[in-house]
Order: sequence, then C-alpha cells, then structure tokens
Amino acid sequence: MKIGGYSKGQLWSLVVLRLFIGWHFLYEGIVKLWNDNWSASGYLVDSKGLFAKMFESMAANASLMKVVDMMNVWGLILIGLALIVGFLVKPAIWGGVVLLVFYYLSHPPMIGYTFAMPSEGSYLIINKNLIEAAALVVLALFPTSNVVGLDQFLKRK
Amino acid sequence: MKEDNNELNRRDVLKGLATVPVLGAFWGVAQTKKNKDSAVKEQIFKELNIEAAKPPVSGSMEGNPLRIGIIGFGIRGEQLLRAAGFATKEWKEEMKKNNLENPKDLRLKEFLEQEKLNIKLNGVCDVFDVRAESAIEAGSVDGNKPKRYLHFEEMMASPDIDAVIIATPDHWHAPMAMAAAKAGKHVYVEKCMTHKVGETYDLKKTIEDTKIVFQLGHQHRQTQSFLTAQDIIKKNVLGHVSLIQVATNRNDDNGAWQYEIHEKASPKTIDWQQFLGNAPKREFDAQRFFRWRKWWDYGTGLSGDLLTHDYDRINTILKMGIPDSVMASGGVYTHIDGREVPDVFQVVMEFPNYTSGTSQEKGKEKGMTFLYTSTLGNQYDRGTLVMGHDATLELGAQLTVMADPRSTRYKEMIESGLIKTDVPMYSYNPSAKGVDAVSGATAKYFANKGMMYTYRDGKRVDSTFLHIKEWLSCIRHGGTPSCNIQQGFEEAMSAHMATASLRLGKKITWDHEKQRMANVSEAELRSVGMA
Repeated sequence: MKIGGYSKGQLWSLVVLRLFIGWHFLYEGIVKLWNDNWSASGYLVDSKGLFAKMFESMAANASLMKVVDMMNVWGLILIGLALIVGFLVKPAIWGGVVLLVFYYLSHPPMIGYTFAMPSEGSYLIINKNLIEAAALVVLALFPTSNVVGLDQFLKRK
Repeated sequence: MKEDNNELNRRDVLKGLATVPVLGAFWGVAQTKKNKDSAVKEQIFKELNIEAAKPPVSGSMEGNPLRIGIIGFGIRGEQLLRAAGFATKEWKEEMKKNNLENPKDLRLKEFLEQEKLNIKLNGVCDVFDVRAESAIEAGSVDGNKPKRYLHFEEMMASPDIDAVIIATPDHWHAPMAMAAAKAGKHVYVEKCMTHKVGETYDLKKTIEDTKIVFQLGHQHRQTQSFLTAQDIIKKNVLGHVSLIQVATNRNDDNGAWQYEIHEKASPKTIDWQQFLGNAPKREFDAQRFFRWRKWWDYGTGLSGDLLTHDYDRINTILKMGIPDSVMASGGVYTHIDGREVPDVFQVVMEFPNYTSGTSQEKGKEKGMTFLYTSTLGNQYDRGTLVMGHDATLELGAQLTVMADPRSTRYKEMIESGLIKTDVPMYSYNPSAKGVDAVSGATAKYFANKGMMYTYRDGKRVDSTFLHIKEWLSCIRHGGTPSCNIQQGFEEAMSAHMATASLRLGKKITWDHEKQRMANVSEAELRSVGMA
C-alpha cells in the first residue's frame, strides 16, 4: 500500500530521519539557550578558509554578535520543533541548510586547516555538518510532513 | 461514503499528530539532563562557596581637574599616559591602520571609549627631546598645553602640578618619588619600586611621613580574577598551599629589552648627565640609555622587572609578605650582547611559617615555597600555579581550580564521582562573551597573566587605566590605593633579596623583627651597587 506515493518503509524511514535531525537541532538550540555564557564568538574567531575574515569581523562586533547569537539559538530551536512536529517543514529545512552551510564554511575540514576546537572524529572535506545539510536536502525533495505532520492540516485548508 | 471519509480523516489526523509525542519525550530527557548537570554544579559550588568578588568601588572623578606631570615618556610612560587618557597622534594612526588590517584589534576604539578621568597633563619631563615633544603633543588637549620641565626638580617646585607619574629607569624611581612626596605631590611610580636597599627604607618613611597618596604600578591588582582568587584562598578551597610556581617566558628581542635605538639619539638630544643621576659616571652611550634594563647601574634585571609582577600577583592573593629566605641563580645564556643582567634566572623564596589554612589534622598547615623561573629564550607559557593539598589554582586573566586526586576535603565527592579530577571543578572567565585581540608575543605574555586587561561587567578594560583611576580616586576622596607603600616595600625588598642572592652568591635571610636582611652587610651591598 502506498501512502502519499511512498511505500510504508520509505515513508517511515524518511520520517525517522526528519525526527533525528529535528531532535539534534532542537537540543543544540536549547543547550545554548540554557547556558547564559554561550556565544558563537569563540567558534567564529576560530574560523578558517575563504570566509574566515567575514566570520571574524562578525565576532568582533559585540552588538552584531548579540543578534547573531539570538538568531542562531532561536533558529536552531524553531527548525528543530518544525522538523519534529512536521509544521512548515519546507522553510525550516532550507533555514537549516543555510545554518549548516554557515557552520561548514566557518570550519571547512580542508587540507592544512587546524582548528582550536577539537572534533570528535576525523574529517576530510566532508564533515557531519555537510552530511546533515545533504540529508535535509533529501528531506526537502521527499516531503513527509503533508502525511505525517501538522503540514497536512495546512494543505487541507 | 461519508462514514469512510470520517474514518479516513481520523486516521489522517492521528498520522498528522503522530510525531508530536516525540516533543514530550525530548523535553523529558533534556530536562533530566539539565537537572543532573546543574545538581552536580550546584553541589560543587555550594561546597566551594566561591564568590566572584565585586571590583573595588572608586569615587567620582568630578570636581576640579587634577593636574598631572609625567616623568619619563618611554615605552611604559607612553602606556601609562594613554591609560590616563592621552595618546600620541602616531599611536592613534597606527591603531587605526591595525584595525583596518585586523578588525579584531579594537584598541583605538577602546581608548576613545575609555572613561575620562578629569585630569590635565600640565607637565612633561623627559631627558630625551624627541620623547618630551611627543608627550607634549599627546597631552595637548582642549587648549591645555603641558609645559616641559628640563629637570625633574623644576617640576617638583612647580605649583601647577598636583601629582606625578614616574616611569623612568629604576635607579631614578626612589629619588624622584621622595622629592615629589616632600613637595606634597602624589606619586604613581613604576616597578621595581626602588633600585637599592637603603632607599627602600627612606622612601617608605618619606611616604608615611608626608601622607601623600602613593601607588606602585602593579596594575594586575585591578584584575577581576585575582579578586576572585582572594576569595578562593579565604574559603580555603585549596587546602594547605605548599608550592607556588610562577614563570617568565619570552623569546624575542623586545621581551629581552633589546629595544630600538632612536635615530635622533645623541648627546645633543639627550641630557646624559641627568639620565645617569646616582649611577657611575661614564661617556654617552645610546645603548645604555635605550636598553638600560640590561645593566645593573640603572635596572634591577629580571628580578625587579618581572619577578616583582609575579611576586606581587601572589602577594595580592596570599598576603605572604617578605620571605624568610631567598636563593637565586642564573646567567646570560640567550642574549650574549654585553648585558650584565641574567636572561635565565631562577629564584626560590621560602616561607616556612606561612599558612593559608588546611583540611588535614593540625600540624600539617605550615610552610610554602615560591618558585620563580624565567628564560628569555623560550616563550612556552608555563602558567601560574598555586598548589594546595586539596586543589590547584591556575591563575591568569581566567582562573581554574582542579581538585587534587589525594585531597582530604574532597575525598568523598571525588569517590562518589561528583568531582572529577581531570576537569576543573571551578573555572572563572570574566570575558566569557568577549573576543580579544592581543597582538605581539610580549603583549600575549602579559595578557595571559592578567596584566593587560581585565573585565568589568563582561567588558574588556585596560587594567592600567583602572589602577591609575584608583590612585586618582584616593587623591580626590581619600583612602589608600591597593598597591600602597607597604606592598611596595614587600615587593622591592623581596626582589632585592633575590638580586643580592644572585650577585653575592649566597642564600639571603630576612629578619622579620628588625625588618632587614639578616646576613648581608652594608659593605657587601655596596660592593654590588645595592646599598
């Protein structure tokens, strides 16, 4: 039996992927929200690559950093919530891709770059940020929230 | 058909809401984790009870402007005047350029935003014409042009000066500070407070007799993390402290005092006789003028120049005073360029009766060694460690406390896994939200030690600015600055004991009752120009 054009297995594996990524985004956001001392400035200062200068100047601007920090925290939380409950998933996915690409560009695992912040694995060119971004693109092209998710109620209106 | 639709709708609705419970699960797990983390943190915090101390309150800077004179506008003099609110055009242009190249370098912006101290620079005294003119240019603000005094005594006699900042070579510190005090002028003087042993007593007496406001230039007294460290000692978080490790690590010419010799330097532009002062007479020598720290006649070597910073940092926290004995050794090993003062230098100070408290049974609370080691041939940062039976404090602009695996006080908390001995049980970073740009190896060296910047309400502030402000506040409203003459006496005497040990080749002991070196004669001190 096909549901929304997917087999049962296809549908639920896509939903599980959506939930996992949503959970990850939500927790990344909540942890930062709960930590009064958190700021992205340390991460940005540690930037390497083509856009390092841009990220560093962002970090040097205290008032801009306040906005960046707030957008990052709430971006992560809202994207996470959206992916989990399946509400406004399309814009959430593309927002998530933008954030992940930013993280990737700030810390690209290219030959010759070393970062102050240690990573838990070994990466060359491809890292988990990029993989998560690619997974989000897959979810955008294979939508599930109009079946499993609140988006289906939007569709019916 | 209608029923079918309803059936379908119900199923669709259920499917639509199928993932919502995941949110509930998420919230439950996240809360559990948060509660567990914060319970551990709170339990440790409750046990340690460390309070990040509030900075000292300084009074208002309103009223008639205080009239300041500066003596000595070399590298440090320029920094001091800038902290007081006066920068040269050259510096401002350089900082502007630096900021364009590196947007993280905000020194110009910070200088311009620095609180105004309501002072007028009325007098400048420097024996080198170029520097005197440069100071006049920096101090010419709002239509007020500082007067140049060719001899410091003319400045002392002037009714236009309320207070002086002294940033000359060490051999001039005490004579000038005493002359200023006797003329009723308040004094801010750079370290090492004195150059010789005898004048240390004379200066102390003069300051006590004249009751002027005296501040010694150990600006780290203003460092926020050091105030917090005082509380750590007070609360006996570390247990019996038995060893202090401090170090100087530099590896560049600037750090080794091999400063640039100005192209305009000549007997015509430099009042050489006045520079020499009480030092032995000799022919003009630009090397000795610009790189005076390399010779005993004018400087105090690593002992007075950098050991004093570390000694006073620890004395701020532990208040251990002058050591019972000092041994020193060293040599010229990294900069063989005709210098007299060693560039590799080690000092061991003993405090057999010192106690900061204990968690162990009585009889195990006394005795401490202060170990200073330095090289000007390697800049690996060895940090500052205050090592106690229960924990180790690492001290800089930030501070961390690590529990000792064999601690008595934390034994149960370590066994229960509450305290882990491989991660800090307490860390304090007043700049948690700030971003710093500290340029140059020497600047980094000082910044790591909390000597350049500190933080007020999360904002980076030049600690020298705060140190000068405290001095000015005491002049206006009364009170004693944090690095007063007693602290200065302890600083200078401890440094002189280290220098005497090196130069006389013996262990120097201190007689606490008579307040003098117990085993050194006047003749011995005279033989090395330290009497």
